[in-house]
Amino acid sequence: MQIIVDLNRCQAYAQCVFLAPEVFELHGEEALMYLSAVPPEQQEHVRRAVAACPVQAILPGELASIDDR
Amino acid sequence: MSSDTLFDRITAYENRADPYPLYAELRESKVARQHDGSYLVGTYDEITALLHDPRVSSDPRNLTDPDESVFRDDSLPPAFIAVDDPEHDRLRRLAMRPFGPPHTPGRIDALRDDITAIARELITGLLGKDRIDLVEDFAYPLPVTVICRLLGVPHDDIPRMHAWTTTIITSLDLTPGQDRHEKRQTALEARRQMAGYFGELARNRRGRPSDDMLSALVNDSGSDGPLTETEVMTTAVLLLIAGHETTVNLITNGMLTLLRHPEELARLRREPELMPAAVEELLRYEPPVQLLPRRTPLADIEIAGTTIPKGATLILVLASGNRDPLRFSDPDRFDPTRRDNQHLGFGSGVHNCYGAPLARVETQIALTELLSSLGPLQLDAGPPPYRRSPVLRGPRHLLVTQGPGTSSAP
Amino acid sequence: MTGEPRGGRIVVVGASLAGLRAAEALRAKGFAGELTIVGDEPRPPYDRPPLSKQVLLGRVRAQDVGLPRRRAVAARWRLGVSATGLDPSVKRVLLADGDRLRYDRLLIATGTRARPWPHPEQAALDGVLTLRTVDDAGRLADRLDAGPRRVLVIGAGFTGSEIASACRERGLDVTVVERGPAPLVGALGGKLGALAADAQRAHGVDLRCGVTVSELRGTDGRLTGAELSDGGRIDADVAVVALGAVRNTEWLTGSGLAAGSRGVACDAGCRAFDMYGIVTDDVFVAGDVARFPHPLFEYQMLSLEHWGNAVAQAEVAAHNMVSAGPDRRPHLTVPAFWSSQFGLNIKSVGVPTFSDQVMIAQGSPQEGRLVAVYGYRGRVTAAVSVNRAKWLEHYRHLIESGAPFPPGPGAADGPPAPVPVPSDVPDPAALSHGPTVALTGHLPDRRLAVVHRGGPADQHSHDQEQP
Repeated sequence: MQIIVDLNRCQAYAQCVFLAPEVFELHGEEALMYLSAVPPEQQEHVRRAVAACPVQAILPGELASIDDR
Repeated sequence: MSSDTLFDRITAYENRADPYPLYAELRESKVARQHDGSYLVGTYDEITALLHDPRVSSDPRNLTDPDESVFRDDSLPPAFIAVDDPEHDRLRRLAMRPFGPPHTPGRIDALRDDITAIARELITGLLGKDRIDLVEDFAYPLPVTVICRLLGVPHDDIPRMHAWTTTIITSLDLTPGQDRHEKRQTALEARRQMAGYFGELARNRRGRPSDDMLSALVNDSGSDGPLTETEVMTTAVLLLIAGHETTVNLITNGMLTLLRHPEELARLRREPELMPAAVEELLRYEPPVQLLPRRTPLADIEIAGTTIPKGATLILVLASGNRDPLRFSDPDRFDPTRRDNQHLGFGSGVHNCYGAPLARVETQIALTELLSSLGPLQLDAGPPPYRRSPVLRGPRHLLVTQGPGTSSAP
Repeated sequence: MTGEPRGGRIVVVGASLAGLRAAEALRAKGFAGELTIVGDEPRPPYDRPPLSKQVLLGRVRAQDVGLPRRRAVAARWRLGVSATGLDPSVKRVLLADGDRLRYDRLLIATGTRARPWPHPEQAALDGVLTLRTVDDAGRLADRLDAGPRRVLVIGAGFTGSEIASACRERGLDVTVVERGPAPLVGALGGKLGALAADAQRAHGVDLRCGVTVSELRGTDGRLTGAELSDGGRIDADVAVVALGAVRNTEWLTGSGLAAGSRGVACDAGCRAFDMYGIVTDDVFVAGDVARFPHPLFEYQMLSLEHWGNAVAQAEVAAHNMVSAGPDRRPHLTVPAFWSSQFGLNIKSVGVPTFSDQVMIAQGSPQEGRLVAVYGYRGRVTAAVSVNRAKWLEHYRHLIESGAPFPPGPGAADGPPAPVPVPSDVPDPAALSHGPTVALTGHLPDRRLAVVHRGGPADQHSHDQEQP
């Protein structure tokens, strides 16, 4: 699982950090940092974070690759 | 009574079971001025615009309505829910330090096992019963146990918390014609007693750190300095009350909604991984906080063609915004797989629900455990009896009959 | 447009964010034809913002910033090969390996590259780096891991400032040299530039403004330091050249498109203009390489190096590539970007450089939390929040509705009365860091002198630069 967060949308509600603290972190008061490549054991946590994001800014997917047919 | 305003009808108890047709009526006018000079807003875009408007105050002291003076308590300052930035920001950031990011990011996630254990213990007590009150037997004890443990309130004191909280919440009943003044005074007294209780608890924690939040609030401070003793007291009262009152309703409304949608319930039993999204949909469909009753503009604000004057009472009906067809397709349908669900169940903007992550985790676990452990549940016919409050809306009791599939009762 | 909009051949040149999002949108909108994506880097699309943040802090490996794909794009990927030419008259893209790709519709999403240090022999010194690609970021992260004695950052735009922030967070000594009066002034103007300068110095950056690097020094091919225009000298074993970006348009020379150093001009529907200002109907542009008119900013041509613009414009371009005339949509998104550095989360909506005045509407620099609102001729045109992201939506509405500037008082944490001051947006030519937002006016990139169609179709080189 690969994610990006649309940080234009992000308003630092930090719900993702609560729900998946191993993947998301607040850097300073409200800057969000995250692991783009989600470790397998964190995927369930990240799915919860995706659902909970109040501005629906977390975009999950499979890693874009060239053999995607 | 035909002269009743829309807000009178929304708050009237007989409409508690289904206020949604009234909300639809409200949305027709976007901003509805009531005869008492208050303004009601029920459309999604207008509510979100006002929640993000820095000129909208959450501090009742900015209301011009002289009646509002009864809400004041000069002996105890307001908690962060009822003040504006920068004071709100300072208090909330300090309160957040022991609860979540950036300083304690893992606290809520680490509670999952505890919450699951509490839920399972409660459910174990239900397995033999054919009649269950989901409120008394489960939805109330779960979050109150969790918040007391989190804050550091001894389990034996839960009944006192319950009594104080009920008195305070009852004062939120906006039913017209009742003696608001007397009710308020009773509530303020309950709040003072509760604050006093937390003051004593906090003094015992000072210099003797334990792993609860109260201890951290007393002993840990950042660059803004520590909370004062009074601030610790008002913050603890707020967190204790808000930390369970709303969650009781979210869990109860959740089970009620699922029982009314047996296909969705069955699907969630089969696919529990859908539960996080289902809880978000519950927050949209049956939010435990229906409206924010006491915001006020700090300057005249024009919205949707109406000017809301400075100091007017501004009532934001979140539950109506959640059913706005301009924002949500098929809004009266309960759809646990709804996409782009940016509901207002936890509000929005700087005053968004502080305890949202805890409420989410508790409700996800509560509903998952109930569905996976209990046998088929039969809902009584007709709506359940509701609590009085039109703000914190939810059933007072939710009686269900447990069918075969679990151990049988005598 | 010729042919069936949902069939035929589409070639996307550029395999980064805009290219990928466009490809996904094409498929989402029902394009069932042949799709080819060309990228000069040998790897699948990835996300650049983390490269100057998480990656430099060592939290994420450079190679792990790949983009999630939102749906299968069923494309032929031509990666590791750059496009070298375009012949619109016969609808062919020329590739560096000699291939020619036929298209019915083309999307240009070639983006930008890091502006190199202008002296090649100095740029070749070991220790002189730029930051744009995954490989760049990996190299720089390795250097920072090695614990250099001092890092020199040349240019205090967003990239340079974020690099300096990461260095300080890692405890590394860092000198930032900026030709302009303050960091970030090219994007945010003087008022917030001063705040950025204070933040850098408070975090221990040796910040030198109004100064340029006149020479990078080296011994035995390794960087040892730099000479400054004020006579100063810096000893450093790593230098990061952060002088902004160069748009990748050289491959379009001679194509007849309105392409130049400021990008490829297009209309609000992402359709490229040719050099005569005539809109094409089969060549589209999206992302950092595009210049497009925006009605909120007097229809000036905007060039944005913004993540969000790449996403939004790619989706509009893709939609318009597979839609007939009346169904086409304009690209009207309000520009927005973010940056995090020195503990500050900086977010912007609108175009701060499209302003004559600015005022602090909420908070204050002393608190380290604020919202600044920008106005141009009495209208709100931009807002920037620092650690105050939740309010920004309000100001986006003001921008979209052309609300009067200064906005009225009343914000709970605002000043009692608005105090607008000049926004001090400098001439970009006076900065080390290129602006990430450029208002490029109505000036064509090249002035046309003689225009005769004569020889072979791909010889559109009659335009001449006037002296």
